[in-house]
Amino acid sequence: MKIAIPVDDSTLNKEVSMSFGRASYFLIYNLETNESEFVLNNAANSQGGAGIKAAQQIVDLGAKVLITPRLGENAAEIILKAGINIKKALASSVENNIRSFANNELNDLIDIHAGFHGHH
Amino acid sequence: MKIAVLSGKGGTGKTFVAVNLAAASFQSTYLDCDVEEPNGHLFFKPSIDNSEEVRVKIPFVIPSLCNGSRKCVEFCRYNALAYVQEKLIVFEDICHSCGGCVLVCPNDAIKEKDKGIGMIQDGKSDDVRVISGFLNPGKASGIPIIKRILQKTKPEDKRVFIDCPPGSSCIVMESIKNADFCLIVAEPTIFGVHNLAMVHELVSVFKKPFAVVLNKCSNEENPAKTYCLEQKIDIIAEIPYNEEIGTVCSNGFILVRKLPKYRSMFENILVTIEKGVGK
Repeated sequence: MKIAIPVDDSTLNKEVSMSFGRASYFLIYNLETNESEFVLNNAANSQGGAGIKAAQQIVDLGAKVLITPRLGENAAEIILKAGINIKKALASSVENNIRSFANNELNDLIDIHAGFHGHH
Repeated sequence: MKIAVLSGKGGTGKTFVAVNLAAASFQSTYLDCDVEEPNGHLFFKPSIDNSEEVRVKIPFVIPSLCNGSRKCVEFCRYNALAYVQEKLIVFEDICHSCGGCVLVCPNDAIKEKDKGIGMIQDGKSDDVRVISGFLNPGKASGIPIIKRILQKTKPEDKRVFIDCPPGSSCIVMESIKNADFCLIVAEPTIFGVHNLAMVHELVSVFKKPFAVVLNKCSNEENPAKTYCLEQKIDIIAEIPYNEEIGTVCSNGFILVRKLPKYRSMFENILVTIEKGVGK
């Protein structure tokens, strides 16, 4: 199973990115093989609709779980339609978040925000 | 003659200047193109002759024709389209109605429908024709409303005053595009000067004749005036910062109608513009 996490640096030691749509990379972590891959976020420099484009990318990468501190409503619509689970990231390293998820300790993200729409 | 009144920063006094110029002029037309926050009508309190809804084209998909090529998703620079679980999703509030998705679809699976984004009110306040645009909250762009407002003027209209949105983005460009003259309103703050420089660049790119009205002038230093002198920009008027003017405006009145002694200040601005300042 693949997990997607927005990150600003391509390392497991740093914290999860505070932004979903404008994160620099997405970590795609395979829980079975423990392989990690950092994929450039194609939406990071979008003029608008970054959340939508980023969500499309997550869907296309085949992730089944998204771990993020927050998510806008348009991105959430896509992620949920694709049947991807959304977990709320801890204010901690990417590594800790993966471990917490594997131990079933992360909560579902329920506070979907209305989007920043250019004000990020 | 079409005079666009603009400023980089909001709150410098665009509406104050535009409304008073229109009221000081004989049989003029006032266009409120600041469609996100139109407030000229609060001063003019016009009697409304007619209102019309402004609509744009929004795409929708015919699922049986869509083969999932994603050409539209890749094309849309506003990311208003997504393709998930073999279904196309349209985010209507993000769409800028360019129609590109319809053109690039290889299967003609995308059609367009009308969607209301706001309205225009056309009315009268004494001898001033007042046309105001109102963009509904949450909509992507007010440009279609501005285009429609500008179409409502006729070549024989003697003096048209265009109250522009703040800033220097595409909605401002749309508002000044067909103007004969750009009147920039500036306030004596550092922030104001920064944005004054941005609109200065904008009107220069558009090769428009322009001049500056310095608003809220006191005995304190005026960075906007310094900028104009350095850049050799014509200063057409200096409006004082005083309680009398502030009180009239705060109560929603038009200065030249309430206190006729200020009328000559605005008439002089018009005379100076028509003499060909800033060319």
